[in-house]
Amino acid sequence: MAKIIIHQGKAENPQKLPDICPFNAIEYTENTLSINSACKMCKICVRKYPAVFEYLEEVQPQVDKSVWRGIAVYVDHVEGVIHPVTYELLGKAREMANKIHHPVYCLMMGDAISHKAEELRYYGADRIYVYDKTELKDFRIEPYTTVFEDFIKKVQPCIVLVGGTTVGRSLAPRTAARFRTGLTADCTILDVQENTDLDQIRPAFGGNIMAHIHTPNHRPQFATVRYKIFNAPQRSKIPSGEIVFEDIPASRLKSRIRVLEVRKKEKVKSIEDAEVIVVAGRGVKKEADLSMIRSLADRLGGMMASTRPLIEAGWTDPRLQIGLSGRTVKPKLIITCGVSGSVQFVAGMNNSETIIAINTDPKAPIFDVAHYAIIGDIYKIIPALLKNIPQKGIHDVL
Amino acid sequence: MNIIVCIKQVPGTSEVEIDEKTGVLKRSGVDSKMNPYDLYALETALRIREKEGGTVKVISMGPPQAEQVIREAYMMGADDGVLLTDQKFAGADVLATAYTLSQGIKKMGDFHLLICGKMTTDGDTAQVGPEVAEFLNIPHVSNVRKILSVYDEEVITVEMDMSETVEIQEVLFPCLITVEKDIYTPRLPSFKLKLRTMDKKVHRFGLKDLEDQNRYHYGLNGSPTQVLKVFPPPKKDVNEVWRGSGDELGKRLAEKLKELKFIQE
Repeated sequence: MAKIIIHQGKAENPQKLPDICPFNAIEYTENTLSINSACKMCKICVRKYPAVFEYLEEVQPQVDKSVWRGIAVYVDHVEGVIHPVTYELLGKAREMANKIHHPVYCLMMGDAISHKAEELRYYGADRIYVYDKTELKDFRIEPYTTVFEDFIKKVQPCIVLVGGTTVGRSLAPRTAARFRTGLTADCTILDVQENTDLDQIRPAFGGNIMAHIHTPNHRPQFATVRYKIFNAPQRSKIPSGEIVFEDIPASRLKSRIRVLEVRKKEKVKSIEDAEVIVVAGRGVKKEADLSMIRSLADRLGGMMASTRPLIEAGWTDPRLQIGLSGRTVKPKLIITCGVSGSVQFVAGMNNSETIIAINTDPKAPIFDVAHYAIIGDIYKIIPALLKNIPQKGIHDVL
Repeated sequence: MNIIVCIKQVPGTSEVEIDEKTGVLKRSGVDSKMNPYDLYALETALRIREKEGGTVKVISMGPPQAEQVIREAYMMGADDGVLLTDQKFAGADVLATAYTLSQGIKKMGDFHLLICGKMTTDGDTAQVGPEVAEFLNIPHVSNVRKILSVYDEEVITVEMDMSETVEIQEVLFPCLITVEKDIYTPRLPSFKLKLRTMDKKVHRFGLKDLEDQNRYHYGLNGSPTQVLKVFPPPKKDVNEVWRGSGDELGKRLAEKLKELKFIQE
């Protein structure tokens, strides 16, 4: 059994050692150091004080990695309209597959979607597996998991990539658990080793630290990735790859869930789709002043977004929140107004193409990621800026 | 109507920094609290109990001091609580955590509804709920933003938030739901309940209390994923720093936006 053992006598200041553990897992009582069940085996203590803390690993039976071949991408779609995160994942899958000389697969399931799968042939998949069944009309967890399971058993991919959408974040963990294998959520960097081990890097602690995770002894390796983390490849001119139609008996697609209604949400454009975003931060002193931020966003043809404190104050809609607990955005331009730049916020926007930050505090962490760090007062700069932007007539806006 | 809610103790702050030279995490505080998203799950359970009757039990996994979050749940109105605590549970990833919870839940007796928060603030994965449902072989619905009706210990109708659409799903008990933030406003812990539950027992389960006692299914041994290392998030170089009066900066910014083609001349 893997564990950390403590060499009690080797510690010079044992009473100070509990402080080095970020998880409060080291205790010092009655002149004895011990490790409690909060331990995450991050091994920080082992690295920092190797004389005191020793990591002991026990050898477990090894999985035969050679029988798991190919990188599979789950095709996220709504009634056949493919979510763009799918193409981003296909790009990453192709890149990694070329490194290990494996094929790239797609898995698409739904009702009356067969003709929609054709589009995937322009994005570098070698084989597109389609399960087209009336039972798969609406997303219900049990039949979708059953189909995913069927696909994995047939194809045996070494890596499975799923978009971090509502469906993906429900389906991927359920399927991973069925195979008793690992899943790393919201990866921001992925790479593959020659032995097909997947390097998964993701933010933790609200983005304050990055964790490098691997799945050394289980297959397949599941990872979810949010929309706009990777770049979608160019659509190729000539289609390639083949479509494989799979069937599964309806008797296996039973569910204890009935979908009574699927309602389109009132069409609010989401900030994830905006090319220009102007963010209101805590530097905005009162709710009425948001109109200034909103006009700037309007004039630039973009959307207003906000940081968490403004949502919590009830000034802005939660769907406008950028950050790890809100939305991840990657616009062409983002202007942050009075945003200090907590790490959880920055993690949700630091892939933006151009970052302009306005803040009075020259030490604000937002300036670490800004391309243009403007030190000054939003109440002076934005009105001056608005004066210098031509106002669109109402007919231009409509 | 028997409801079980999964809760977790998380660090009081996520302001964790890494010393870039040593790779050691610097903590700014040692306090901890109940995962804020779990408050919504617990509130949902208490509201359903108010209408339908029955019991609300909570379960958590963590070090002995995580008992505190169970006490907090008592102060909000939970009837009973279990803490899964054992050194052999240490180092658990999502899979091992979900498996341990599912084993603990099996020991708590029959239930109709299992409720989890959307995610935790330390792990941020939002995966434990669906995996628990898989291990218990019950259906689950995630991202529930509204409870529409609960019928006779048989079926629950919920609104699932699908970002583009809203799905109304009717699910037979037993089932698991994960609830969105803001489904209900969580109540505050009550001082009265605090006094009344001060001596109330928090049940503790270790590995030896569970049905499956194979230690390779728990903790680090039962975890397919392993953390190779942790490091600080990358920083981008600052390109330009601008200072000046508000007028100057506003004008200069307008020029820059024109140059970058965000404003038409």
